This record gives sequence, C-alpha cells and structure tokens, in this order.
Amino acid sequence: MNRRELMKLGLAGGVALAASGGATELLAFKDGGSSGSGGQIVSGGNKLPDSMSAPSPKTTPWAVEMPRMKVAVPKAMGPDGYTALTGAAITPQNCLSPDDCVQRSVKQQYNSFYPIKWYEMTESEGPHVWHPDLPTQPVWGYDGDFPGPLFISRYDEPELLRIHNQLPTTNSSLGFGIPSTTTHSHNLHIASESDGFPGDYVNVGQLHDHHIAMCYPGFTTPVGEDRRESLGTTWYHDHRQDFTAQNTYAGLVGMRTCYDYLDTGDETTGLRLPSGDFDVPIVLADKAFDAKTGLLYFNLFNFDGMLGDKLTANGMIQPKMTVEARRYRFRFLVAGPSRFFQLHLSDNSAMCRIANDGNIFPYPVFQQQIMLGVAERADVIIDFAKYGAGKSLYLYNTAEQVNGRGPTGNILNPGDPMIRFDIVPAKAHDYSVMPTATTQMRPMPAVNLSEVVAQRSFKLERSNGGWAINGRAYDENVISAHVKRNTAELWTLTNSSGSWSHPMHIHFEEFQILSRNGVAPPPWERCRKDVAVVHPNETVQFFMRFRDWTGRYPMHCHNTVHEDHAMMIRWELEA
Amino acid sequence: MTDVNRRKLLTVCALAPFGLAIASKFGFGAEGGNTKTSDVKPVAFETAKGSAASRRFPNVEVINHEGKKLRFYDDLIKDKMVMINFFYAKCDKFCPIQTANLVKVQKLLGDRVGRDIFMYSLTLKPEEDSPEALNHYVMMNDIKPGWQLLTGRPGDMEELRVKLGFRDSDPEIDKDKSNHIGLVLFGNDKLNRWTGCPAASSPQEIVREVLWLDEAIPSSGD
Repeated sequence: MNRRELMKLGLAGGVALAASGGATELLAFKDGGSSGSGGQIVSGGNKLPDSMSAPSPKTTPWAVEMPRMKVAVPKAMGPDGYTALTGAAITPQNCLSPDDCVQRSVKQQYNSFYPIKWYEMTESEGPHVWHPDLPTQPVWGYDGDFPGPLFISRYDEPELLRIHNQLPTTNSSLGFGIPSTTTHSHNLHIASESDGFPGDYVNVGQLHDHHIAMCYPGFTTPVGEDRRESLGTTWYHDHRQDFTAQNTYAGLVGMRTCYDYLDTGDETTGLRLPSGDFDVPIVLADKAFDAKTGLLYFNLFNFDGMLGDKLTANGMIQPKMTVEARRYRFRFLVAGPSRFFQLHLSDNSAMCRIANDGNIFPYPVFQQQIMLGVAERADVIIDFAKYGAGKSLYLYNTAEQVNGRGPTGNILNPGDPMIRFDIVPAKAHDYSVMPTATTQMRPMPAVNLSEVVAQRSFKLERSNGGWAINGRAYDENVISAHVKRNTAELWTLTNSSGSWSHPMHIHFEEFQILSRNGVAPPPWERCRKDVAVVHPNETVQFFMRFRDWTGRYPMHCHNTVHEDHAMMIRWELEA
Repeated sequence: MTDVNRRKLLTVCALAPFGLAIASKFGFGAEGGNTKTSDVKPVAFETAKGSAASRRFPNVEVINHEGKKLRFYDDLIKDKMVMINFFYAKCDKFCPIQTANLVKVQKLLGDRVGRDIFMYSLTLKPEEDSPEALNHYVMMNDIKPGWQLLTGRPGDMEELRVKLGFRDSDPEIDKDKSNHIGLVLFGNDKLNRWTGCPAASSPQEIVREVLWLDEAIPSSGD
C-alpha cells in the first residue's frame, strides 16, 4: 500500500495504522473522529485564512535554529522557606488576606503538600524575534518570553509558584489583549484557588500564588491515590475571561513536564525515554503579521477563530533544529487560538507516539498522521539514527483549515512544512530505548461503570451568531453541574453546531472517552485525556472521576475565540 | 540539581548572547534578568495602533436616530469606550429580548453612558430603518441619551457588519439577519482593548465585562 492510498484510507474510512498489545495492525473505525467531513487529499499547503486580509511578509525558512525554552530555576530557600519570594507581604501561611489564609492553608491542604520548591515569575512585555526577516517586536510573556520558562516538576515534590503581573498598564503596544491575567496550569490536579479560574484574575502590580501540589489524584478516596494517573506533558497559559485568545496569542504560554517513578527523566531508568537535551517540548502556534509593518496581528472581529499563515515552533517561524543521529522525545503542544495541526514526517514514516494529552499510553501507538486540536498534546519518539548524519527530515502540518470553524477534514499533500531537522553525528552513546508495540508503558485505571452516580449531557450550540452550551452563554455565577466529590459520572457532549469543531477541555480531572457516535474511539484516544475534540454532528461520551479538592472549575471550548465568546460553563465539585 | 536541569541550563547559557543582543536593540539592559516593563518602548507602537485602528473600522458616514450625520470611526469610536450591537426595528423574534437587556445595562451603567461610555445599535436593514423609524424605536424602548441607533447607506452598513465580525462564513446562514444579533461587542479604542459577549447574557454580567475596558480594571470579585 503506498502513501497516497493509506492516507486516503486514513481519512475516508477513518482507518489507522495502529499497534496495541503486541501486534501492529490496521484498525478500522466507522467514524475515526479525526476528520470533519470525509476528506480528500488536496495538493499544496493551506490557503490564506479568512481571519487575514493580506499574507504576512515573506520569511526565509530554516534560517534560524529552533529556540529551546529556558528552564525555570527554583529560588534559593530562606530558613523559613518564605524569604526567597518578593512582592506583597506574606504571612507564614502564605496568605494574602485572612480569607485567603483559610483557603490556601486549609482548603488547598497546603501543609499536607508543603512546597519544597519555590518559583517566582513575572508576566511582562519583552522583545521577541519571530523571524530575523521581521522586526524585533514586543510580546507578552512569562518572564517576558514566548514560550515562558519550562517547569520541570516531579511527583511528590510540591511547588509554590508566585506569578506577578507586570504587564504594561496603558495602551497595549500589541493592539490587543488586556493587562489582567489568571494563569491556568492545564490538566494539573490542583485546588480551584490555584487553577486559574477565568474570573480569578489579577491586575497590574498584583500577584497570585499557585500551589502546585504534584500529588496523584484520589488521596481523599477510600482506595487512595492512583499512581497510574501521573501526568507528563502539561502547559500553563493565561485564562482571563473574554481575553484568553488575545492574551495567549500575545505570548502568555509556557510548558511544564512532570516526571515520576516510571517516566523518570533519566535514560537509564524507568521507561528509558530520551531525556535531558533530547526531551524537547515544542509549542506549535500559528501567527499572522501585518503585511506592511511585519508586526504581530490579531483579528479582533472574527468570531469563528483566529488563524495565522505563519507556523511557529517555540516562537520561531519555520526554524531548523540540529539533531544528533539518535532518539529524541518531542512533546508537541498545539497552543491555539484556533488552528488544528496534523503532524506528518516528510519520509511518511510512522511516529512512535507514547502519549496523548501528556498521558503515557499502556502501549505505544504508531501514526503517520497525528491530528491535534487546540490544547491537545502528542509525545512522539523519533530515531534520527535510522536516517544518518547529513540528512534532513521535515515536519509538516497536513491539516487543511481555512477558517476558525475547524479543519475541513482534507489532508494536504505535502502540507505546510514547520520544522527542518538537520541530522549530525551523535556525540555520545544513546542510552534510551525505543518502545515497540509490545512495550508495556503506563497502565490505565479501569473504567468502572458501577461507580457512576450521574449522567450529564451538554449540547454545544450555535445561536444568533454566538455559542452556547445547553442554551446558555457563560456566566460565572451560574453553576451548570453540581458534582459530588469522590464519585464518577458519564458526560456526553453533542455538537449540533453545524460545521464547527470544538476542542472541549475540562479542568482538574481527566476522562476516558468511551465512544464517538457510539463507536469506540481510535487507539490514540484510548487513554486518559483532558481535551475531547467534538467534530460537527458528533457525540462523544466519556467516563470521569471527580476527587479531592472541592471548588469551582470550568469546562470550555479550547478554540479560545469560542471560549472568549462565552462557550464555557462552570461546574462545582462539592463535598 | 538534577542532571536534567544541568543540561537544560547549559542550553540556556548558549542562547544567552542572543537574548542580550535583542535586549540592547530595545535600549534596555538585562538587569539581573528582571525585565523592566516600563522601559520597553517599542518604536513601532504608534504606527501599529494607527494602522490597526483604521483597518478595523471603516470611517463611513452613518446617520443617527436624530438625523445627525457622523463619521463612524472619527466621531463614534476614536479614543472612546463603546458598546456595539446589530439589530433592526422590525425584528420581533430576538431583538426585543436583547434590546430590553441592553436597556437594563444602560440603567446599570447610569450616567457613564453618554459621558464616557457610548452605546451604538447599528441597523441590519438600513433600507427600512430611516432615522425616523429609529427614533420611534428609541421612544418605544425607553432608550436614554448616550445610546445612538445608526443607519446609513446599505453598502456602508454592510461593510460595517462584515468588518466588525457580525457575519457567517456560510453564505446561506449569513443571509438570515437574525444570525447577526446575538453578540454585543465592546471596546476601548484608546487602549486597543476589545472583546464581546452574547447580548442575551445577564445585564449584570455584561456590565461586569464592559467595566474591564476601564484603564483601571476593577479587581476580581468586586
């Protein structure tokens, strides 16, 4: 079977080359869920999206090495653990007010997960080079950078993260955004007070402390914490109500990788995955630039979504990456606001995918095309040794998308090249191990339907030019679901909104997809997830456990333009 | 420090000269790694604002319900804090709910409307909504000063609708005017700060969001 045939099958029939539990096999699905409308193969790359009136200025591809994220460094700790942090006066309980004191030290179980690592970062405007052919220009970033610092976290090592808002107070030099922020740590199991609720914002000059417990979920349940529910690739981003798309587009995005006993960050232990310099988080984001000035452009008046014509990796347009002829672990994040990415290698080889949404699979899945909705992640292992030094390999985006509604379902051939990997000889021995189809990785927690105490349905709708969930626009004072702590529920999301795709994200707890339009999900979705893309005319059902911290959490569309126009609900975890 | 951290740090060190070069281009030094935001004065700022604003808003002539001719950008948007929605006088299915909602919003905002917050409702049917018809609508709906209803040449009103994003990329859906009344857009031109919410949101929620356009943003929980 040649590439063309396979790709056609991969779309039209929803067929995927997959491996599970030992054998590489061709699995067929009635509705593969990765395409909107039974697509075609289309020659070329993406056309100018409708959120732009003119193409961005020309830039030379592969001119610059892909930037690597700065690693966040914990503050040296004072004798009481507090003096290292600066800013507003704090008490030994680390409170901002008497109420906050109770919330933080008691409700967040601050002392049970007492921070042993202390971080501080500042949201600020800083200079950025998107490409040497464009002017150096301001972005809003954590510590002034896009992407922000990379947090390297370990389970059972709780952290305190203090974030200062020092964005410019007056006229944004960007032409969009709001200098008022709330930072969401996407998929972390942390209390509502630290979760970055959309209305929990801080203004310029203020700070917010985030208690990053780095604990496994289930510690308040009779069965105890579940170490199978370890997270790997996560990210953090601004979640300001009404302005998430603009503020994240401005650069308020960063990543966090979490390690534990299995995914150790050491090539000689645990799963022996490529580590250190060879474990590479990559933020993928599309951007638009003003044709005349070359400055970052955001279309404030396109409510379908914001698409750009320049594809960036770690903040650089079409970079090259010099790689050694050895194994690498890439952690791809699609940062939005609205574009879906389909990852594809220029030699058409299947990528060994080890994780979805940062969660390591029970067994690897091999995919030639990896479709990612906004906020979804894919961890893949690529062995450059098999190509040899002196060769180059390209990573493409093959998803066709012309507006913010979602991908057309067509596969572009060859698509838009995003990164060129230039292979050089390996400098040292590669101790990592390439997982095979039979490599047991992280076991899955069982779906036990007898735990289910409630079923809920959410209709994703379009009405009068806006979005709604169950007929309502977002209102932070309205609680759309009261969920009892330490129970499980079945949630069903139905997308009746015509031709829109909605990557739906739920804070705090993960879920396991049971079905898409009544059919089992594809192998790469048989895992724990925090984003479920719901395509047009699709119904997705999942099983979800709700544990530990009570409080308010949202569910929303992660096409952040939809989110900002009220496609969100608040649900409450109650004791 | 773990081995992972050390390796990553080495990478950071290698990139440091690159970062410094950018910083010096902007005329501020890397003072102990702390970026002083107040010092960042990108050269391109004025150009960016000017070009972005004029591209966003067609400066077409519109007529308000009192028959006064106005330039859309120069007279109604420039340096102002505004709310914008679309409607038409004979829209009896959805518009009454939204108009009633916005009347409550106007009451809640009190004397700020007309002083430093301006409300505009643009007609989707300029061919039937004359200034007189709009004036009648104002009286029927208890709309107070500071909120102007606008009509104009059909081509201009259509351009405003499309440029302000009240459109649907499906031409069939786009034709149905009732699909363009669901949103209220609000912005502060001086600050380049724009967003919107469903016009059917609760009046309290709309007001809460509109006040985020103030230069001094109200605190969370206020």
